[in-house]
Amino acid sequence: MIAFEHKPAAHCESGVTSNLLNFYSIKASEPMVLGLGAGLFFSHMPFITLHGMAVTSFRPLPGQIFSRVTRRLGVKVKKRRFLNKDKSMQALDRLLAQGTPAGVLTGVYHLSYFPKEYRFHFNAHNIVVTGMENGVYTVSDPVILHPETIGYEALKRCRYAKGTYPPYGKMYWIDRIKTPQPDIKRAVIKAVKLNCQRMLDIPLPFFGVRGIRMLARRMRRWEKRFGPHRAALNLAQVIRMLEEIGTGGAGFRFMYAAFLQEAAGLLGCPAFRAYAAQMTEAGDRWRDFAAAAARKFKNRGESVCSYDELADKLMKIAATEEAVFRALRKTVYEL
Amino acid sequence: MKIEEALQEELSFETPQLRSVYYALDGEGNYRQVLSSGCKAKMDALSLTWEGISKEAEAVRQEVLSGKKSPLAYHLRMRLLDISLLSAYTGLSKKTIKKHLNAKTFLQLEASILKRYAEAMHITEEELKSV
Repeated sequence: MIAFEHKPAAHCESGVTSNLLNFYSIKASEPMVLGLGAGLFFSHMPFITLHGMAVTSFRPLPGQIFSRVTRRLGVKVKKRRFLNKDKSMQALDRLLAQGTPAGVLTGVYHLSYFPKEYRFHFNAHNIVVTGMENGVYTVSDPVILHPETIGYEALKRCRYAKGTYPPYGKMYWIDRIKTPQPDIKRAVIKAVKLNCQRMLDIPLPFFGVRGIRMLARRMRRWEKRFGPHRAALNLAQVIRMLEEIGTGGAGFRFMYAAFLQEAAGLLGCPAFRAYAAQMTEAGDRWRDFAAAAARKFKNRGESVCSYDELADKLMKIAATEEAVFRALRKTVYEL
Repeated sequence: MKIEEALQEELSFETPQLRSVYYALDGEGNYRQVLSSGCKAKMDALSLTWEGISKEAEAVRQEVLSGKKSPLAYHLRMRLLDISLLSAYTGLSKKTIKKHLNAKTFLQLEASILKRYAEAMHITEEELKSV
């Protein structure tokens, strides 16, 4: 059994990354990991569906935060996918026998210890496997408070879940540390630049602030297109993704604000604290949107908004976030 | 979000140990980690989704009982699967699975096919045949 310190976190991938780095004595808090991984994102993709509805996501593709952070910090990682299920489990066992904790991508639906309420066919959950004894694996799942155990068959099933983004037994681990003393300031600056670019510059309507506006435009037509029941389900799916465990209804905006505060101290740049406050405002607007949306699909209380009003809220959020990132970019390029 | 706001909406869950980390502002405007069970909007979204699923499943169950559809159709709904997902798990084509949703066709299925469905859904063949 590997002496692995399990720290609960708000989000699975940033938590796994933070915990794995901590195991190799690199201290990076969860917000720091999110920031270094340029993990604040938005995408609304009608061409990818989950449960028959368009995917709305508040984070980059699974695995991107991990690979960006490790690259920035000069950590060499290895990743593998397997076509053969049994071989993937053997490889995991070998790695554990060497004393290396392994990050594993799983589907949530078959995850036996996971709360029933959250078990959808969602395939981008990250956990760290820290040990194996008699076919029972100990895992550190950052969104659960304590370490958990899972059986051989169940774990295999999770690693080979099917559906949107199937994991194909993906496994990743830290191989060696290339730069023991990484230049963290430089890493932060680069990561912020990348995040600004991701939110502002992708020339497609699905991503970044453009994506928020696209969701707003589509939302106005939902009721007419899908009828009231399906429209409500679509809205509920957006809120579920927005919350996705531990974001406080703000899709990581609060966590990114925490990162900006940390970066302000690190870079000695007080302007970052002001941006953190603006990012908090964007987060609060998301939270307000989530609450209004919940009233809408629950249809309760006197103050139920129409889809148009919800869309207006989204347009305001898009404007707020665009302003933050434009200002942030200006500052960071002057540093 | 302030710490008090993160904590004020404590929810009762079926699984009480489920609490997660949130980032919220303390009195001095610095971000801190807090443990909370989450906000109401999330709970409402989850319960609406689950209500929708059980409602749809119940409707399918009635159709199965009246002999219009096969029990496979019910388990498909219950386990949040759709035809393409089940096709990926079983290796059967979508067209074949669609045929098996018909009650009569389902009754004539070979044991080997039933076994594939049962394994994909992680249930016994007996469970697969009943609703």
